[in-house]
Amino acid sequence: MVSVPQARQGEGADDAAVISLRGAALSYGDRTVWSGLELDVHPGDFVAVLGPNGAGKTSLVRALLGRQPLSAGTLTVLGRSPRGTGRDIGYIPQQATVSAHAMLRARDLVRFGIDGHRFGPRLRTAAARRQVNEILESVGASPYADVPLGLLSGGERQRVRIAQALAGDPQILICDEPLLSLDLHHQRAVTQLVDARRRSHGTAVVFVTHEINPVLGLVDRLLYLADGGHRVGAPEQVLTSESLSTLYGTQIDVVRTPGRILVVGAPDGPATPAHHTHATRATDGVCP
Amino acid sequence: MTIADGIWHQIFSFDHYGELLTLVRNSLVAGAALGLVGGLAGVFVIMRDLPFAVHGISELSFAGASAALLLGTNIVAGSIIGSLLAAGVIGILGTRARDRNSVIGIIMPFGLGLGVLFLALYKGRAANKFGLLTGQIVAVDTPQMAWLLSTSVVVVIALAVIWRPLAFASADPDVAEARGVPVRALSIAFMLVLGLAVALSVQIVGALLVLSLVTTPAAAAARVTASPVLLPVLSVLFAIASIEGGILLALGSSIPISPYVTTISFSIYVVCRLTGRYGTRRRGARRRSVAQPA
Repeated sequence: MVSVPQARQGEGADDAAVISLRGAALSYGDRTVWSGLELDVHPGDFVAVLGPNGAGKTSLVRALLGRQPLSAGTLTVLGRSPRGTGRDIGYIPQQATVSAHAMLRARDLVRFGIDGHRFGPRLRTAAARRQVNEILESVGASPYADVPLGLLSGGERQRVRIAQALAGDPQILICDEPLLSLDLHHQRAVTQLVDARRRSHGTAVVFVTHEINPVLGLVDRLLYLADGGHRVGAPEQVLTSESLSTLYGTQIDVVRTPGRILVVGAPDGPATPAHHTHATRATDGVCP
Repeated sequence: MTIADGIWHQIFSFDHYGELLTLVRNSLVAGAALGLVGGLAGVFVIMRDLPFAVHGISELSFAGASAALLLGTNIVAGSIIGSLLAAGVIGILGTRARDRNSVIGIIMPFGLGLGVLFLALYKGRAANKFGLLTGQIVAVDTPQMAWLLSTSVVVVIALAVIWRPLAFASADPDVAEARGVPVRALSIAFMLVLGLAVALSVQIVGALLVLSLVTTPAAAAARVTASPVLLPVLSVLFAIASIEGGILLALGSSIPISPYVTTISFSIYVVCRLTGRYGTRRRGARRRSVAQPA
């Protein structure tokens, strides 16, 4: 069990699952995206969510954030219904969602993570400003704290995103494809920041990704979504030729090299080598 | 030619400037209020990419004002009703940018057509008709002043209350929604606030040139600062400078006020664009300088 220096909800609460899915299903009309989902995420867990496009990864994120009701089953987040828990969750959305028209500095985006949801004029700002500086410092984004977001590189912006997500001191961190269009160097920086946070604060991490390899050493458990089915378990249990072949209903080969897993044959496979081609999603700037 | 026409058309020189100034005192006060409202609303017009919506709302506002003129009722009230109708329709039907632009493109010519119809039916003073489209400075009488100022107060208070979550929702809608910000409700609320701001601006710069007061000052400010405090302050200062400068210059001439206002606000924008820190050319330079991994 990871030690939690900042216990928030009384002792004992740390062992309870912060996210709990029971028989959860989601369908749009006739199409079932996923069903029978059973998953417990505990404080300090690092759970990766993998799967091809359209497997319902982003729908799962939306459900966890209380923005997408389940079709069946139950979901509790921090012991409650997910509606209204959004402020206790740090959320890193897919890239390029900041409006191109927004005149916003890095520190302003982080500040939104603290008090952006409150109405009325800002009062007592000194403490929040200090907090923003500390968070920016902790993710190494201080040098460009006052640069408008539009002028930052993808890697810099993603650090600011992490700072924003951590600003609310969340117990859960949900990252939706945070590595998209980052080079290896920045991928490593982002995953290390997320990992450091869960180790220091016991923050539970749900990490949606297309690529397993950048987080392979960090993942406790894997949720692999595909074709309306899914597998949950440790990476070495889920990422096997047998397990994935059953899931997809076709022959899939999982090739293991030291520190790296290649999935061969999966339609739009998430763990394929970096120079794959995605017809449906532009992943510019991903270098092997 | 009536006496009012005489005042409007005959005195162009700066000879009686002092006396004229007292005539437009109401307009100067209203101008300051409009500058404040337009400058503040403009910040979100830029952030949310709504200049086209501003134009669409102003045409419906024009239709409302023309109807009021024809019926002999309060022009400001008519203008506000037209604005709010347009803003409501755009806010409710046009959640996504693409839908929004089509909605605006559909209602805008309809509004303009209605306005032209009402003005064609109106048998009164010609300057009244022209003023609604291109602006006028002596239009503001005391009862209208009360309308203008109280509506300005409503807009400023509404913006003060929703400013922070609206900025969050405008810049970063995904995370804002995840954190419980009522993104859609705020979007509609802002459209209504914008409707009020546009209706006010129509009174002075006219329906065709509202953008010079509600968009240009904020766009200019965005060229020189990204600070969330300095940006609205500069935007308001630019808007007030444009409108008050426009009123004072138009006073000595027979030309409508709008060319003065638009020229001043455009000049401010050009200067800000040329001197601003956040131009597009620098973007590439900055990108290159930070691209190498450490």
